[in-house]
Amino acid sequence: MSNAPVYGVGAEFKCAADLYHAAEKIRDKGFKWWDTYSPYPIHGMENAMGTGKSWVSGFVLLGGMTGFTVGISLESLTSIPRPEFLKDIQSGWLMDLFYPLIVHGKPYWSLPSFFPVMFELTILLSAFGAIIGMLVTNLLPRLNHPVFNWELFCQRASDDSFFLIIEAADPLYSEEETKKLLEELGGTQITVISK
Amino acid sequence: MAHGTTTVNANSPDFVAAAKQVERPPLVGGGRGFHWITEKICSIIEEETPTWWWIAFFVTGAITLLVPWSLVYLVSTGIGTWGLNHPVGWAWDITNFVFWIGIGHAGTLISAILFLTRQKWRTSINRASEAMTLFAVMCAGIFPAFHVGRIWYAWFLAPVPQANAIWPNFRSPLLWDVFAVSTYFTVSVLFWYTGLIPDFATMRDREPKPWKKKLYHVLSFGWRSSNRQWKHYEMAYLCLAGLSTPLVLSVHSIVSFDFATSIVPGWHTTIFPPYFVAGAIFGGFAMVLTVMLPFRKIYGLEDLITEKHIDNMCKIILLTGSIVGYAYLMELFIAWYSGNPYEKYAFWNRALGPYWWSYWAMMTCNVIIPQLFWVEKFRKNVVAVWIIVWGPNIGMWYERFVIIVTSIHRDFLPSSWGMFKPALNDITLFIGTCGFFTWLFLVFIRFLPVIAIAEVKGVVPEADPHHHDKDHKGGHHV
Repeated sequence: MSNAPVYGVGAEFKCAADLYHAAEKIRDKGFKWWDTYSPYPIHGMENAMGTGKSWVSGFVLLGGMTGFTVGISLESLTSIPRPEFLKDIQSGWLMDLFYPLIVHGKPYWSLPSFFPVMFELTILLSAFGAIIGMLVTNLLPRLNHPVFNWELFCQRASDDSFFLIIEAADPLYSEEETKKLLEELGGTQITVISK
Repeated sequence: MAHGTTTVNANSPDFVAAAKQVERPPLVGGGRGFHWITEKICSIIEEETPTWWWIAFFVTGAITLLVPWSLVYLVSTGIGTWGLNHPVGWAWDITNFVFWIGIGHAGTLISAILFLTRQKWRTSINRASEAMTLFAVMCAGIFPAFHVGRIWYAWFLAPVPQANAIWPNFRSPLLWDVFAVSTYFTVSVLFWYTGLIPDFATMRDREPKPWKKKLYHVLSFGWRSSNRQWKHYEMAYLCLAGLSTPLVLSVHSIVSFDFATSIVPGWHTTIFPPYFVAGAIFGGFAMVLTVMLPFRKIYGLEDLITEKHIDNMCKIILLTGSIVGYAYLMELFIAWYSGNPYEKYAFWNRALGPYWWSYWAMMTCNVIIPQLFWVEKFRKNVVAVWIIVWGPNIGMWYERFVIIVTSIHRDFLPSSWGMFKPALNDITLFIGTCGFFTWLFLVFIRFLPVIAIAEVKGVVPEADPHHHDKDHKGGHHV
């Protein structure tokens, strides 16, 4: 155990406020590879940690635009007459498109009636965008991670305790100094976590 | 918020008394701490299976068997085993479909709309109501799927070029329904599962059995409770809430289009979408209380689902019930004011025709009974609440029955008039879905955390990182 490569140093904090203030200090010191852990999302923690805004919303926008495009293309291309420049292509998958029928006495391209399907597909793919975005940005699923080597962390991080872990990969990391720093910030149970 | 920041002497007895009056009751009662919340909710799953659960499981399981029985009979014999015929071609099946879909809507309202409007009290009830949404939509889907008659052709509804190369009719409300309901179900599952991810991690960390621990670990995607993860998680959750809000409003609007876009008197009205959505939320909240109050009692969750929660839900029922009542009256007014004799007749026939009893059952259950919630005493009495919410539960089923059956049983020509009587298969299938719904809910409370653990932890006072800064009370660990 003692010779195993080190992942980082962790400390336990007794409450959300302590963790929040410790995070502010670590941020100001210029650490890069570190993280805080709490059983629920702490309000304002992204500011205390200086991690900035989440861009999962970008995935949602992308998903939504895809859904909208799929919806409007699906409905339009199957409902309108074959355009002039495609007249010559009479085989392959294009055969399945362009099947104009007059239904309900509405025009071939009846945008108001097309709205619900377009809308639902936009929502559907946006929702998938949110989930995929969350998993991609969090690099999940990931079942094996060094933080799970810390027994105390495994017992309490998702229950009632608060942790701060600084990784050995951080340029400012030095085992002795970092331990001392965490202690000064009010951390207890300071532990070196193996990889 | 006014702790010592104003110029008024915050310690004067007058000020303290006045502040007490407007102070909101805590969302988690008894000053409970994080560990208590974890213990309380996880112990429901971890304790030995109680006897009552097994009894309820087998009873509702037996009732659920009516679903496959009815469906096998229906498919093997024909759609005529339902009481449908001309002129009433839609009856109990579509009534039940709209009834179950509507029930689902409260779950999404709680999880999405109350999230966007920052109603923190939602955290204690959103998990169970979202589960209810999924189960209700599962029950709902059975009816239109089998109403197509030849179920093996149900794939014609999917947007794929079929054998004869004709695409489904994208201008048809019935196809919109397919898209709306399937999107609704999928997004509800995603939303629900996202909420479960951190709770699976909590269950993993408590689980002594290695195989179960591994299972929860996989289900939680290896969640680490890290705030870098929470940041993205919260954004995804916010976006899902923002997407589910217009979605839930669209689903019941589209369901109402099934009726409103037709020219049948009694269906062809522009008031339908908002009226259906309000009705769905109304009936859904009633069902939330119906299923939640018993398990709150059984598992002693009074500190998590407090009087305040019940009170809020009763007020929403009162509000949406009144909107529904307004819609009923407005329909009557427009029937008279429009001067359209067919419209006028449809409503006269509803209230005084051969189905008068269903109309007045609807009026009593949906409009009159919920008005009892104006009285605080009723809202504070759990037993009274549980009895009163059966009004909307029953009334909302009657509403759909009234709208569907009374509108089409009198066609334009008196020679095409008829009456609808449910066949045995109508009744068994509906009772079967009620059993199925309850059975699924029982399985849910036994295997998954019924209350969103991580979210409830976020609303206790000590969860606020500035809690100790302004008001140093120390921890509430119990």
